Amino acid sequence: MTSRVYRFTCIVCPLGCTLEVEMDGDKIKEVKGYTCPRGREWAIEEVMNPKRVVMSVVKVRNGKLPTVSVKTAEPVPKARIPELMKFLAKLEVEGPIRVGQTIAEFEGIKIVATREA
Amino acid sequence: MSGLPMIQYDVVVIGGGPAGMAAAVKAKELGLNVLLLDDNEYLGGILPQCIHPGFGIHYFKEELTGPEFAYRLTKRALELGVDYYTAARVLEIKNYSDLEKVVIFSSPKGAFEVWTKTIIYAAGARERHAFEIGIVGDRGAGIYTAGEAQTLMDIYGIMPGREIVIVGSGDVGLIMARRFALEGAKVKAVIELMPYPGGLARNIMILKDFDIPLYLSHKVVEVKGKNRVERVKVIKVDENLNEIPGTEFWIECDTVVISAGLIPSVKLLTNIGAEIDPATGGPIVNDLFETTIPGIFAAGNTVLINDLVDYVAEQGELAAYGAKLFIENGGIPTKHWIRLRKGENVRLLIPHYLSGERDVFIYARVKRPMENVEVRFPEIGKRLRLPVVKPAEMLRLKLRKEDIAKAKDGITMEVVPL
Repeated sequence: MTSRVYRFTCIVCPLGCTLEVEMDGDKIKEVKGYTCPRGREWAIEEVMNPKRVVMSVVKVRNGKLPTVSVKTAEPVPKARIPELMKFLAKLEVEGPIRVGQTIAEFEGIKIVATREA
Repeated sequence: MSGLPMIQYDVVVIGGGPAGMAAAVKAKELGLNVLLLDDNEYLGGILPQCIHPGFGIHYFKEELTGPEFAYRLTKRALELGVDYYTAARVLEIKNYSDLEKVVIFSSPKGAFEVWTKTIIYAAGARERHAFEIGIVGDRGAGIYTAGEAQTLMDIYGIMPGREIVIVGSGDVGLIMARRFALEGAKVKAVIELMPYPGGLARNIMILKDFDIPLYLSHKVVEVKGKNRVERVKVIKVDENLNEIPGTEFWIECDTVVISAGLIPSVKLLTNIGAEIDPATGGPIVNDLFETTIPGIFAAGNTVLINDLVDYVAEQGELAAYGAKLFIENGGIPTKHWIRLRKGENVRLLIPHYLSGERDVFIYARVKRPMENVEVRFPEIGKRLRLPVVKPAEMLRLKLRKEDIAKAKDGITMEVVPL
């Protein structure tokens, strides 16, 4: 079994703690540097299955502006992000759009408008 | 008299970004008659183009994107019936007396002369451009500030380029690096002059996410490419930021994005003689964000460059409260102002003057990173321990009025190692 240490900055809150996760093979041996339980949880997830909420813009026809800004309603596995971005790049929606409106779905994840358009 | 249509208000807010909108909303809630003016086509300032999260954690107790933050403030302003003009350019401010001021602006609906008792100036900041950071060479297409690139991409849906070099590792530069990478552009490097990154620690993670190289203690000195940017020349600098000969190298790219900091927009304030602090680039203010001209308040990035929009909105609200107090009393009723001074390892701080009649938040930045420090206010015996301070991360500390009142004429803030 090989031991590996992952070091990164926590992005849960603006404090930005320096986290260290020591792995023994595919098992977590130790987590260091966190100052709250959310940080510890995030550090483990960051090593085992990193996810991000993704933001982008989508084309709008007949809107106030040519694009509407969107976000995923939940974090997306990092490995899926390039495909999600390609999906969003091809998308085009019809205005008017309200803030909070679901404009599409990607593999069951809602794409929500964050701007009026 | 200018012969223009005349309108009258208690307070004119100049700038429809988060500081101005928060000020307008608060002033209206306090019962004042408010006019909000913005030169953009839409309200929100730069927020509608900042599509990333990280906004509102303090102010709305919820993490929002920029457009969502702007939407909440706009909605509230409209519900309250705040009068506003977009595409309105303020040409001049005149200060006739404490309760008689004039704002002249042009708009698609015509030019107006507004008589007002108070003004809240929330004009935000502008970006530093290539000329200001010593980049020479060709001026082909493909040189943008980060904000310009962001507007193109996130408002108009246009990609500014394919192979990108970003100059500056502040939050704006790092966030744009992520946007470019997500949209399929190749971010070839982020070049930072200082030996440490300029942005918040959480944003440095972006570079790891996308394997973007960060060159610390480096600068871009030249751009090549007559019609379109073709490559940039990078050089290493020593600890005094002097170029080290022989360390030059070229990076091929079609786009250069300058993210080298913001400068408060204060032109209309300086035109009427408001005093400017050379450290912040913004006006000298008291604890109600009143400038050195009675009845003219300022808030947000026009006062100092903030890290968080939450602080900007908080300053807008405070200025609105100041305007209310000013109108009720024909001036701010403070007998004795206490100067707040910079001590060891403090690069800038506001407010510059404290009344001792209310609790205040002090916003400050250190000169250099330090670990395990104590923030001290020796004149009033106040101390606060912090694990780490960084120039990129603004300090926001509360001083209680009882503590402030202990000072005779001045209070010094210093950041010293333990």
